[in-house]
Amino acid sequence: MADLKIRIWRGDETGGAMADFSVPARENQTILDVVTQIQREQAPDLAYRFACRVGMCGSCAMEVNGRARWTCRTHVKRVAGPGEVVEIRPLANLPVIRDLATDMAPFFDKWAKAQGSFQPKDAPDGSVPAEFSVVPPNSKQRMEADAGIECIGCGVCYASCDIVAWNPDYLGPAAMNRAWTLVNDVRDGANPQRLDAVSGDAGCHSCHSTQSCTERCPKNLDPSSAIAGLKRKLFWDSLLGRR
Amino acid sequence: MAEPLVFARKPPAARSPGDRRHPTYVAFVIHRISGLLLALFLPLHFWALGQALQGEAVLEGFLRWTDNPLFKFAEWGLVVLLALHLAGGLRVMALEFLGWRAGQKDMVAATAGIAVAAAILFLLNVG
Repeated sequence: MADLKIRIWRGDETGGAMADFSVPARENQTILDVVTQIQREQAPDLAYRFACRVGMCGSCAMEVNGRARWTCRTHVKRVAGPGEVVEIRPLANLPVIRDLATDMAPFFDKWAKAQGSFQPKDAPDGSVPAEFSVVPPNSKQRMEADAGIECIGCGVCYASCDIVAWNPDYLGPAAMNRAWTLVNDVRDGANPQRLDAVSGDAGCHSCHSTQSCTERCPKNLDPSSAIAGLKRKLFWDSLLGRR
Repeated sequence: MAEPLVFARKPPAARSPGDRRHPTYVAFVIHRISGLLLALFLPLHFWALGQALQGEAVLEGFLRWTDNPLFKFAEWGLVVLLALHLAGGLRVMALEFLGWRAGQKDMVAATAGIAVAAAILFLLNVG
């Protein structure tokens, strides 16, 4: 079987360039397999990140032929025909640490900025509430929260978002998807602060609904609709004087 | 405690143009471009209306001049732009106000259909 032609971005925060590699082609081969082969056999100093290899942890996301993907769940055959070059770069919109490894800190800092942690309504001091909340699984709010709750924080939506590229302060799809799940959590008591945090120039009102986040999410979540939900909630709450 | 690492913005070489080939992105680009072109047309529109200030004959003369085929073609383009922008805008408002999760690609196709229908209707009426 012919060799695969692979181009990998190599460098650090000061700059870098594409490097060419040739990897033996196999019948079943993911992009992560290819990167691992290069690191083990050809370039031991190649920096990249992975953990589970089976699409559960979300740590192996990279840009493959211009599109952010989980490399462990992307077969070479899906992104390149015979003889075509596969181009692998670090995730866009995040600082590069080295080679294919990006610093995810700004991504998760924005989850915190969007008030992405659960604040129990009944026990602001952190103690266990006296009564359990009853949340019917088929209630409208529970279903809204369910629709976005499976996010594993891989950063694919964040790297695919043009608004993040245009405005580095923009919270991004994942942080606001998280905020929307909490806005719909009837047990949460921090929604006034959370809605303040996700409004404004760096928040949901900057979203142009291009829906690249929804299109690229490997979990088939819909952050774009979550952001639209935040806009809707803020619109009606402001109009009706609820905030 | 050690100082947190501060990274420079990603160097240009690490970026690629990015692959944005999906219907809702194309719909966004069409909506933005049609909006900009319509905004550019507005001053022309007001200028044309302003001809009325100089008397009925001046306005009438200008309107007769607009009967030429080239102008009619440009007018058709304007109708297409309006239809694209209106239908695209309604789609975005439906997404944001009604929270329609499913069928976004179908809605993009429907907005394109509305624009094509408007274009054809206008052409039929011009002749």
